Amino acid sequence: MSEKEKNQKPKNKDAGKIFLDEISKSPLTVTILAIVSGLILGGLLVAVTSEEVYQAFGVSFWSGVQASADAIWATYKALFYGSVGNPGKIISALKDGDPLAIRRAFNPFFDSLVVSTPYIFAGLAVALGFRVGLFNIGVEGQLFIGAATTVTAAIFLKGLPSIIHIPISLLAGFIGGGLWGFIPGWLKAATGGHEVINTIMMNYIAFRLSEFLLRGPLKNPEGFTPVSAPIEESAELFRFFDNPIRFHAGFFIALVVAYLVYLFLFKTTWGFTLRTVGANPRAAKYAGMNIMRSTVIAMFLSGGLAGLAGANEVLGVNHNLALAFSSGYGFDAIALALLGKNHPVGVVLSALLFGFLRNGAIQMQLSAGIPIDIISVLQALILAFIAAPAIIRTIYRLKEPDMDIDSVTLHGWGGN
Amino acid sequence: MKPILELKGITKRFPGVLANDKINLTLNKGEIHALLGENGAGKSTLMNILYGLYEPDEGEIFVEGKKINVSSPRDAIAQGIGMVHQHFMLVPVFTVTENVMLGDETTKVGVFLDRKSPAARIREISNEYSLAVNPDSYIKDLPVGIQQRVEIIKLLYREADILILDEPTAVLTPQEVDELFTIMRSLVESGKSIIFITHKLREVLTFADRITVIRGGKVVGTTTPKEADQNQLAAMMVGREVSLDVNKKPAEVNEKVLEVENLVVLDDLNHVAVNNVSFDVRGGEILGIAGVQGNGQTELVKAITGLSHPIDGKLKLMGRNINKASPRLITEIGTAHIPEDRQQDGLVLTATIADNLVLNTYYLDPFAKSVIVQEDKILDNAEKIISNFDVRTPSPLIPVGSLSGGNQQKVIVGREFSRPIKFLVASQPTRGLDVGSIEYIHTRLLEKRDDGIAILLVSTELDEILKLSDRIAVMFDGKIISIIDAEGATKEQIGLLMAGVVEA
Repeated sequence: MSEKEKNQKPKNKDAGKIFLDEISKSPLTVTILAIVSGLILGGLLVAVTSEEVYQAFGVSFWSGVQASADAIWATYKALFYGSVGNPGKIISALKDGDPLAIRRAFNPFFDSLVVSTPYIFAGLAVALGFRVGLFNIGVEGQLFIGAATTVTAAIFLKGLPSIIHIPISLLAGFIGGGLWGFIPGWLKAATGGHEVINTIMMNYIAFRLSEFLLRGPLKNPEGFTPVSAPIEESAELFRFFDNPIRFHAGFFIALVVAYLVYLFLFKTTWGFTLRTVGANPRAAKYAGMNIMRSTVIAMFLSGGLAGLAGANEVLGVNHNLALAFSSGYGFDAIALALLGKNHPVGVVLSALLFGFLRNGAIQMQLSAGIPIDIISVLQALILAFIAAPAIIRTIYRLKEPDMDIDSVTLHGWGGN
Repeated sequence: MKPILELKGITKRFPGVLANDKINLTLNKGEIHALLGENGAGKSTLMNILYGLYEPDEGEIFVEGKKINVSSPRDAIAQGIGMVHQHFMLVPVFTVTENVMLGDETTKVGVFLDRKSPAARIREISNEYSLAVNPDSYIKDLPVGIQQRVEIIKLLYREADILILDEPTAVLTPQEVDELFTIMRSLVESGKSIIFITHKLREVLTFADRITVIRGGKVVGTTTPKEADQNQLAAMMVGREVSLDVNKKPAEVNEKVLEVENLVVLDDLNHVAVNNVSFDVRGGEILGIAGVQGNGQTELVKAITGLSHPIDGKLKLMGRNINKASPRLITEIGTAHIPEDRQQDGLVLTATIADNLVLNTYYLDPFAKSVIVQEDKILDNAEKIISNFDVRTPSPLIPVGSLSGGNQQKVIVGREFSRPIKFLVASQPTRGLDVGSIEYIHTRLLEKRDDGIAILLVSTELDEILKLSDRIAVMFDGKIISIIDAEGATKEQIGLLMAGVVEA
């Protein structure tokens, strides 16, 4: 009866109720609750997989609960120390005033930003594709090709000042990745071949191609392993601090690029065209837009952004090209773009989340002995909740949103 | 006589909407009871409650004086209540028998399907009500009218006594409509009772025994065809006086705007869909293309608007050959297009109203300065069109998909009429709209005609064609089989042409 009464009077709502209503309808609420739920479930998983917890339950129920809490606490503490830093260490380092100790204390935080940077580029690549109704699974391959073209420009162009060498190397990465995206884009426009299949295939070609390059033309003549020569110093991205902090200018370049992608998508006629094609290709066609051209342009730009992710790693972090320099940034980026609702701001935020989780996970493994894979499970849980908002809405009894303007995306699967 | 079905005080709330407000309805045995109302009036909600698809918040349902509880279609069928939905629930690659059996299969030895005895029963039913349905035909081979009868057979096979028909005439030709009503009549004569939902006034007055009008979730009144007339019913439906007859001035025709000569167009499957068609449209006139859906109208419109290219013949717009022109070029020459499928082709439902209002002009001054979108100009434009065309919306910045059908159509009409045009293609401009919106769109179309614009009106609604057109071209099987003057044309004459019957 009380349920009924609530439904009966939708009009006489006070400000508090309206506020709660709005929060409950906001898509952001689902995202946040998905992350929270992921962390809770991840914690349970830690407890369930810990041997000590089982032993403690053998002693008594209460000590089992205690051991579970301890295990979860240790895990998330290590995750926090690994991704943001150990507050105790930071304070004592600041007190002592030893510059190396201070840098070490702050290093986890800056390293998380370093890990986030390629995620931002790669996430933007996927998001841009999604906005145009294209499912670019090929970001990983485009990232490799972009890294290869960048490293070529960064090794073989010599005697240039940084102010010229860096932009040229970045551009090389953009064009390299762009061309790798252009090919499946063109195939789709000209023949209807689905970009999902073709980008996956292009990934394999990219991996093997970069392997060939690293064993042949790009191989460091002085080395034995398939690694390129170090890039020219003039092409290295500026690092703000001394060792061990690797934090470099790439992070800010990524933020600028995210802003440019935002302007492109939402403030230009090109973006208007691409978004319309993505949201409803039939209406776009009726309105006189060129679907084929949009597809090709979008795939080129998406590939180009992926290429920048590779360029960023080469110029900012590794200063050379090695075989396995990317740990699946391109694939994580698909999930990340969805988490960020394919909006540049969302992408930056979720890239930061992924970067901090990834970086923290390494520390977590070292100090708490929790396998690094728990982070993959955690990410998977968060994403599953994002992908199935109905679960979150049911658990937390949220209201359906009136209509989600950002609910673009997956009809690329339909093969239009 | 005791009513066979009685609904008492049915109330159904959806978040923010009172879809049914204490509705009372009685259905007598052996009557055809029309439920009349605009889209969104609550007719379908009420019937879905009766059919067990929704649970009412309040109210009771009685069958033959006994209170019943329906919480699923299965319950409803058990109580003898059956429903034919507007969109048929048939499997095209199955036979009639298989479709009728579906969900209630008879078996031999528990596992093998028995098709024979149901087929015999279907034949019996078909003969009893002269439905002329062959149980062995595949659904995909049957015309829409027959498919509908299969749906009816499904109900009779399950021994339903109360039949609900949701907008049964929307998909039929005038002849098929007449046949349907003959069938309905024979059904009620043998003791069945029928509720049929519609928003078409003429049908109601011709075929119903009693009429209940619903508006805004409430019963406005119940009447009989003898006591009511079209204008009165329309006023009850809309809640204000509606003029059903448009004042059409004689056309002042000027030069040819569109010339079509021996046009041949293929459909998506590369079959000839438009076969050697020739006609022209002049400024200041409305040429109506009548025909049953699927006789080449869609493909003809696609070719004229540049969405596909003809394989033979000539298309000239304002003296310019547009055989190979792009949709954008044709738009820029001065063509407006109200597409047949407004949600798929006319709008981006997830985009804002403002963006939808510049869908084909966003790249032009003043909406863009070089490539930078001018958001303030787009917003000004939206506010202007929203007030000029009476679009009911709280804001220009909400997704167009959250508007009602009529308001969505107003967005399209507003967009297309707010730029300088010489030629207008309107495909099914009022399909699925309520009386008020239809009246509005018709008035706007005639205004444009009187401004000297050439209009090609494609519609499967014969009333609409007759009301608006100056000349009528009837399409059948990809050909225009006749072009006649609208003055003096009769429904029967055009109905026959639509069925492909050419008089000597």
